[in-house]
Amino acid sequence: MSNRRSSVMQSGTPSRITDDQMIELISKLRQLLPEISHSRSDKVSASKVLQETCSYIRSLHRQVDDLSERLSQLLSTVDADSAEAAIIRSLIT
Amino acid sequence: MKNPQRSPTNPGSVRSRFTQVFLQSLLRIRKHSPASSSSSSSLGEFLKRCHRVKVAAYVSMARAAGTRRAWSRAMLWRVRHDAHRHRLLQGRCSRSSSRERSPGKKKRRTKKKKKRRDDQEHGFGNAEKLQKLVPGGEAMDFSCLLDETAHYIKCLVTQVKVMRSIADFYSL
Repeated sequence: MSNRRSSVMQSGTPSRITDDQMIELISKLRQLLPEISHSRSDKVSASKVLQETCSYIRSLHRQVDDLSERLSQLLSTVDADSAEAAIIRSLIT
Repeated sequence: MKNPQRSPTNPGSVRSRFTQVFLQSLLRIRKHSPASSSSSSSLGEFLKRCHRVKVAAYVSMARAAGTRRAWSRAMLWRVRHDAHRHRLLQGRCSRSSSRERSPGKKKRRTKKKKKRRDDQEHGFGNAEKLQKLVPGGEAMDFSCLLDETAHYIKCLVTQVKVMRSIADFYSL
């Protein structure tokens, strides 16, 4: 393994990043993705990881949309003021 | 049982900050929404409130993440810019404002074409799609983009979890 860790994050010079750094970043991303679609480790190509990342972000956005729709429906029906204090306490502690 | 990464108990974590700010925003939205029963409010009002909740969720998450992250800065800037533009348009013409106000917040800024050279050297056309999904992504180089994406995904997952638990709590 070559240690070609040149500092590429210097400001002003858009130089290429090394392969090692890229592998590290891609594997960090891979760990965040849901495990269902990955059957083999170390054999997934980087562009596949990017594709899955895109679809994962899109599905998260859709979930936020659905949840905010649900929440705005619920907001109109709930009128208990003590509920919020209970929620805050239960979610934070 | 201890889950050090799943449920942090320190009050300064992103999750608890997001929860507090988001709940406050929800309270504020509820106070400003006109009708209290769901049957009497019109579809337009419902959609408006829905959009407000969604924007509040993203803004609360960006605030909780802090301004050290490029994506949170970009998101806060975008929301402020969209709100300002919406107010400007409302004064002129009410018809065109419904067209401008896209709730998905997918503004098209295809000015930065020269970043494609770096992406295609690594052979990833998918990086462009990722750039459009991550706020502020079009201005980032590839390694920055990957780094910001990782943090963005973590925060999005937290946001979804908290929103879901709030919704579950309210619907009981």
